[in-house]
Amino acid sequence: MTGSVVGTACDACLRRGYLVGRLATHIAGLLDRPHGRVAGLLALPDQKLVEAVAGEHASDALAFLEEFDAVQARASVERSGAVAVCRHDQSYPAQLGNLVDAPRVLFVKGRGDLASLSGADPAVAVVGARRASTYGLEVARELGRGLGAAGVTVVSGLALGIDAQAHRGCLEGDGAPVAVLACGPDIPYPRTNRRLYERICERGLVIAELPPGQRAFRWSFPARNRIMAGLARMTVVVEAAEPSGSLITGDFATQLGRPVGAVPGQVTSSRSAGSNALLKDGATFITSAADVLDELFGSDQPRSSSGPNQRQAGFAPPGDPVQRLLLEAVEAGLGVDGACAHSGLPIHEVRAGLSRLEASGHVSRDALGIYRRTAAR
Amino acid sequence: MLASIPTFALVGVDSREVTVEVDVRRGLPAFTLVGLPDAAVREARERVRAALLNSSLDFPLQRLTANLAPASMRKAGPSFDLALALGVLAASGQVPFEAVSGTAVCGELSLSGALRPFRGALATALGARAAGYERLIVPVENASEAALADGLEVLPVGSLQRLADLLHGRWRPEPARPRPAGNDTGPHAPDLADVRGQADAKRALEIAAAGGHNLLMVGPPGAGKTMVARRLPGILPPPSFDEALEITRIQGVAGLGDGRLAAERPFRAPHHTISPSGLVGGGSYPRPGEITLAHRGVLFLDEVAEFSRAALEALRQPLEDGFAEITRGQRSLTFPARTMLVAACNPCPCARPAGDCRCNDVDRLRYSRRLSGPLLDRIDLVCQAAAPPAAELVDRHGEALERSSVIRERVISARERQCHRLGGSGAYCNADMDGRLTRRHGALGDEAVERLLGSVEQGGLTGRGHDRVLRLARTIADLAGRPCISPTHLEEALGYRLASPVGIAA
Repeated sequence: MTGSVVGTACDACLRRGYLVGRLATHIAGLLDRPHGRVAGLLALPDQKLVEAVAGEHASDALAFLEEFDAVQARASVERSGAVAVCRHDQSYPAQLGNLVDAPRVLFVKGRGDLASLSGADPAVAVVGARRASTYGLEVARELGRGLGAAGVTVVSGLALGIDAQAHRGCLEGDGAPVAVLACGPDIPYPRTNRRLYERICERGLVIAELPPGQRAFRWSFPARNRIMAGLARMTVVVEAAEPSGSLITGDFATQLGRPVGAVPGQVTSSRSAGSNALLKDGATFITSAADVLDELFGSDQPRSSSGPNQRQAGFAPPGDPVQRLLLEAVEAGLGVDGACAHSGLPIHEVRAGLSRLEASGHVSRDALGIYRRTAAR
Repeated sequence: MLASIPTFALVGVDSREVTVEVDVRRGLPAFTLVGLPDAAVREARERVRAALLNSSLDFPLQRLTANLAPASMRKAGPSFDLALALGVLAASGQVPFEAVSGTAVCGELSLSGALRPFRGALATALGARAAGYERLIVPVENASEAALADGLEVLPVGSLQRLADLLHGRWRPEPARPRPAGNDTGPHAPDLADVRGQADAKRALEIAAAGGHNLLMVGPPGAGKTMVARRLPGILPPPSFDEALEITRIQGVAGLGDGRLAAERPFRAPHHTISPSGLVGGGSYPRPGEITLAHRGVLFLDEVAEFSRAALEALRQPLEDGFAEITRGQRSLTFPARTMLVAACNPCPCARPAGDCRCNDVDRLRYSRRLSGPLLDRIDLVCQAAAPPAAELVDRHGEALERSSVIRERVISARERQCHRLGGSGAYCNADMDGRLTRRHGALGDEAVERLLGSVEQGGLTGRGHDRVLRLARTIADLAGRPCISPTHLEEALGYRLASPVGIAA
């Protein structure tokens, strides 16, 4: 696949990118504790970085710098279907420059447009837990969909759970998602999201700090989080336990002076402890894509959120009173028997009515057929 | 002198003719048995010797050779005893040889000379009839079961002495008659009127019974899934004579029957620790598994997610084909397995009521994947079983709930409609219809067609799911007594179909 991304990287920056890849294992030796942070390490110039992390292997790493073959490196980037874009290139996202340790080169893959990250157009990072609740997943998807439909670029990390749902929602809203990876740009990680990765490549962008072929390290996840926070004008945490990688993204955003939003969660659920704590600390209260747009543009700004991709059906209650009764029953979690009692209808009409509600998008069923109210759209 | 006596050996749930040849000639006294006998058959020599001597008959002190033909087939079990004893008697001239012609024998011997019952009397009798025999001599206990095979004279005999009398023409027993069938599923079967609430499960049970569809009940522990499932036999139509014969034959082979024609469809509920071969049949001399024992009846898998993956995987082929094919060593056997599958499971792995559940979608998906593929593919209806609220459990002045017998009437008339429509096509009920039959008989109105197309466009319905929904809608229309499937029928069917896992898949 040939990406439509155009960009160039000068030899020095490209060499830096490959140096980080080369030193990745050494950095791992220093930092790979849970939630270990890169803390300025990546801001060091090449020589210092080598001295800081390589230890006894420093001479090898210095030799690597000496012998670096830019032509060969460019060829291998091209083979992987990616493009290297360095900070000297026009299309390098200007917003990233605010990071003290911004990556000097980005490896980018996909048919999307890097200009969408230039800072002129808004980009929002939607991040959250891998092990998320149904509620969190639904909200993430809705946010993604709403933002995508409103023309906002949705940045996330392709992880399981919230991240993937945000990407999916953005695709559904006809937006161009941006996935920032903790490994090389050519590696769909996690593998479960391989198809999603391919769809993002077709419509949006996949961005990585590590060169093609490089696997992910524990430290590279928080490092990737700083890039997400750097690319986005605002960061929204959907569901995060304490401590969590999503909170790290939020921290980076705060350090950059960018707004952080959080979606309220159940106070009894440990899965929402982190995001609720953010709210307590003054994060913007996010219940829908509209809240994000308000924060970005101010509440009086007209929005393009009523685009053709917005499906309103599930939002408006059904006109038919019987259907409304059934919907109430589903909302209250009464189950099919409960819907029967609540509506006073015979069971065969309840089943038929529920499948009409499903067809109109008001309710959905899980893998074992249990009805749920679809989130408001 | 040489005598050859026909008998029968069980192969799966069928019987195959085996000829027992006995040769008696002068020489050192010996009794050799050839023709691939197993240990139980070899021991027959001792039983035959003792039984003959204890019956005031003579065991010749000569060289005896017995062959079980065809010699290529493995023989197991003690049911060759009687044929061997008779062969010895005939070969040594103690009974007239010509008296034996046109007669097959089968039975086990006790040392006293009394005859003991064997397994699979009906299968043996059907085999004897098909092989062209006029008479079958069996132990008294097997006689009424064997007599279910029409057009075969079944002679019950109590002992070897009696057998000798019979062959000498000194005595003739009354040919056996089948005992009247057991009571129709009557007041003994648990009644659906005892179950309060459970509207969804009851309705799904009725539809499943009417069309022979496979059913999955999802509900928290204690909601009453098992209670509802156990009441399914009470609303199933009674087996036809041919079906009853198939059921009785299988029960006879498994040693479960009481010698009478089965009046009820079987209901088998194996525990979830069952092995794959226990479920679909197996063993070095393959025996029928639970799915065969449930032939023409119900196989109920409670806590279906707890069954081993291998066991569920093994169910795939029999559920698809209606028979179980077992290959062991060099031979392959086919057991009938046309059964209705009813399964029950919890809505999520933690099995707590909806409010307390802490499972997330990934947990749930993983849980449902335990059943996926092999089993969920074959499920036509998924219903919810919920514990009824306490108020509903109170009997309000004997408020009458619908009795099983009433529901059964509806089921029977729906089946009759299907039979009439499907006559001659090889399918017995809607669930048996293949894609071609489904399209021919799933008469849809215009409005219904649009509704169905809408569902297809929504993406939830594949080609295969499309047929399944049509079959289900056809049954719902049959229950309502309508020739055409209305949009409401179709909507109800869509409501019971299995949702494809949403949310997680890209």
